[in-house]
Amino acid sequence: MTKLKTHMGRRAFIKNTSLASGGLVLGFSILNSCKSEQAKEIAVREMPKEWFEMNSYLKIGDNGVVTIYTPNPEFGQNIRTSMPMLVAEELDVDWKDVLVEQAPYHADKYGFQFTGGSRGISARWEPLRMAGATARQMLIAAAAETWQVPKEEITAEAGVLQHAATKKSAGYGEMASVAATLTVPEEVQLKEVKDFKLVSRSQKNVDAKSIVTGRPLFGMDIQEEGMLIAMIEHPPAFGLTLKSVDGEAAKALPGIKDVVTIKSFKDGYEKGGFDTNAFPELVAIVGNSTWEVMQAKKKLKVEWQPITAYSETIAGFGGKQTINIPAGLESTTTHKSQMEALAAKPGKVVRKDGNPEVAFKNATTVLERSYSAPFLAHNNMEPLNAFAHVAGDKAKIAAPIQIPSLIIPTIASSLGIPKENIEMDLPRMGGGFGRKAYAHFVVEAALISQKVNAPIKLVYSREDDMTNGIYRPTYHATYRAAFDENNNLTALHVKAGGVPESPLFANRFPAGAIDNYMAEEWTIDSNITIGAFRAPRSNFMAGAEQAFLDEVAETMGKDAIQFRLDLLKRAKENPVGERNDYDADRYAGVLELVREKSAWKENDATKHRGVSAYFCHNSYAAHVLDLKMENGKPVVEKVVCAIDCGVVINPDAATNMAEGAITDGIGNAFYGELTFQDGVPQKNNFHQYQMIRMKEAPKEIDVHFVQNEIDPTGMGEPPFPPVFGAVANALYKATGQRHYEQPFVTGKQIVG
Amino acid sequence: MAIFNLNINGSEHSVDVDSNTPMLWVLRDHIKLVGTKYGCGIAQCGACTVHLGDNAVRSCQLPVSAVGEQKITTIEGLSEHGDHPVQKAWLEIDVPQCGYCQAGQIMSASALLKRNPNPSDEEIESAMNGNICRCGTYTRIKKAIKTAASSENV
Repeated sequence: MTKLKTHMGRRAFIKNTSLASGGLVLGFSILNSCKSEQAKEIAVREMPKEWFEMNSYLKIGDNGVVTIYTPNPEFGQNIRTSMPMLVAEELDVDWKDVLVEQAPYHADKYGFQFTGGSRGISARWEPLRMAGATARQMLIAAAAETWQVPKEEITAEAGVLQHAATKKSAGYGEMASVAATLTVPEEVQLKEVKDFKLVSRSQKNVDAKSIVTGRPLFGMDIQEEGMLIAMIEHPPAFGLTLKSVDGEAAKALPGIKDVVTIKSFKDGYEKGGFDTNAFPELVAIVGNSTWEVMQAKKKLKVEWQPITAYSETIAGFGGKQTINIPAGLESTTTHKSQMEALAAKPGKVVRKDGNPEVAFKNATTVLERSYSAPFLAHNNMEPLNAFAHVAGDKAKIAAPIQIPSLIIPTIASSLGIPKENIEMDLPRMGGGFGRKAYAHFVVEAALISQKVNAPIKLVYSREDDMTNGIYRPTYHATYRAAFDENNNLTALHVKAGGVPESPLFANRFPAGAIDNYMAEEWTIDSNITIGAFRAPRSNFMAGAEQAFLDEVAETMGKDAIQFRLDLLKRAKENPVGERNDYDADRYAGVLELVREKSAWKENDATKHRGVSAYFCHNSYAAHVLDLKMENGKPVVEKVVCAIDCGVVINPDAATNMAEGAITDGIGNAFYGELTFQDGVPQKNNFHQYQMIRMKEAPKEIDVHFVQNEIDPTGMGEPPFPPVFGAVANALYKATGQRHYEQPFVTGKQIVG
Repeated sequence: MAIFNLNINGSEHSVDVDSNTPMLWVLRDHIKLVGTKYGCGIAQCGACTVHLGDNAVRSCQLPVSAVGEQKITTIEGLSEHGDHPVQKAWLEIDVPQCGYCQAGQIMSASALLKRNPNPSDEEIESAMNGNICRCGTYTRIKKAIKTAASSENV
């Protein structure tokens, strides 16, 4: 058994216990109406008369029912099932006796409640198991004390405590009242992976019944007594800001209460990395119902004016950083020519191994290819929204967001109230994908509530959502490969950049596998805001790199998978450089698994297959994608996928997420694109922005996980980036033409 | 503003709203049935799908004044205990990720199976093409529809 000092956890637990001693502190219960179907089912059986708090993550009822507070907000990864599974495994309780509740935002009790960066499960892997194991040990100690027997002789399994010698037995519920009074143990023992009974076995989504019966779960579903509906009007173009508003005509319409202006930041406020906001000054319109507010919004008379260029310091994860925001109205055509101009000049050298200049000079042949991708909008199915009720110096908020703790300081500053006076519930998000990490809309909701002195729900229209910014940036990358007279690869050069950030990861594969290697980058400032988007830089670089390697392999006459494996063998046995940030063995492992599961054959003329593999967020993923052309349109017949993310907590849910990532990747590779003309986004709803639909989705997806006992790593992002390369490589096989510019289908004539 | 008497999920509801108000907002804001979702407002995403009689319609494009005597069924009224064959199939296949689009998907799927109890893959794709799932659960949705089709009493 793994012995784990509660060292770090102990302090947290002591603190938590004291906090919880006055009964369960669960903020306010704004989502009371959102009691899940799961709760109702347990209620039918029997709800306990009394609950006993073991620590901030779980309480045990006198009848053995266990409530587990799942700490991180949910946007579809099914962590509301997999995180409680970790607690339940170590508590050793029957899963059917578990009730899952969403914890509110509470940093002292629940730590960093961050859903993003594929870090949810890996960050919670030990703490949540420790919470379960600690409670289990306390239950054992309670039984030992009650029965007057040594605790080493007591077993605790499936919610039952037993002492074999005296044949004594009790349910957890019977011992919970004593256990809850005991001191938190100094040390807990965690199970070995091989001893898991719940984890690594597929469990159904605890919210599925509520979802399929239409229960209120989402931020958008919140209804409160006296609540008004608010919408905002933001500038029609990036590079503009509010000048003045005449709201009289709008206010005269039925059901409209007020038209106000808000300013999202106090002057001089030092922003964090997730305070990104292109439009900090807005017009807000407030009324009785959504439809009435939507109609009145059209009657607003707003004057906009150009912004002036400015620089600001952002305190992000990686320390303080200064960014420059230029004035002006930007267009996609200008971005393209700017990117091509910079791509042709020397960039900032980020890594150099060997002597690439000489290798290229001495090369017999050089292969050079450039790749590009446009801005992408997240287009979550649930448009941005938030509930806020600010009364005096207190705020109650329900925010469907990914990182509650990082927006709290901004809300406090903008409202002018203490941080401690903000209570925040975390309703389910209808999609997130990085967009809901940037919670400007929660600040807006709070400011509007404060101005109109009423509880409000801020609702973005689809158009507001799509044109507000925080996009996946547009990127560009040029790859060059040098070959000697025997067609051996002697050097590789990558130069990448984007508007406004570079997508480059200089130390990722194939760095470390090539003697002469150089990586350069460049950036172009912009006033169009960008943000996280299911591994934004990786999802471009994976596509470019894996398409280029495919072409290199073809040039060398090598099999696409074997070529990659050869490079990884070199990186493992005799790595070039010291900062290579991947494990060549695990990388090769997913390629070998996908080769086996897809029955890959070298030079297979019967299928149009593309392979691609990538490492990001500490996990490895590889895909083999089969595609055919039908009436001039690509049809994805099958995708076989291999993933190494360590221990898989809930295999069917992880499979579902991989299937989604593959479908999402194909959709974005084929159709994803947002363009700009004079600062105006050229698409604002789904009639213009093509999303993948059932007809275009793969006909079959086959997901496999590498079986190992390595601590779990990311799952939300890693299967997504390599899809772009697999699509590009399969499309080449199907059409005979290489595709370098994303999107591959929208606005193009593809000849099959 | 005008009074409209509506039959929703077998119950009579009376609302006083502008006659142009789409059923989507009548359901969500006035009758507090929030299972029907707002996704685009222009009948492009299918999140707001309800049944008008036996047909799947986009409630964001259905003015309250056009409903008249016709019965409306929402996700909350599809079955009494969440046990419609389509709902059961959705649970068996464990379809949802974020779940926001799923009520619309289920309403489209149940209308399809009512008129065509044994749809082909192509017929499923055609009937479901108006419903976007941003999480990409299409392969599971298709599987669940086939599962429901093979069960009795669709």
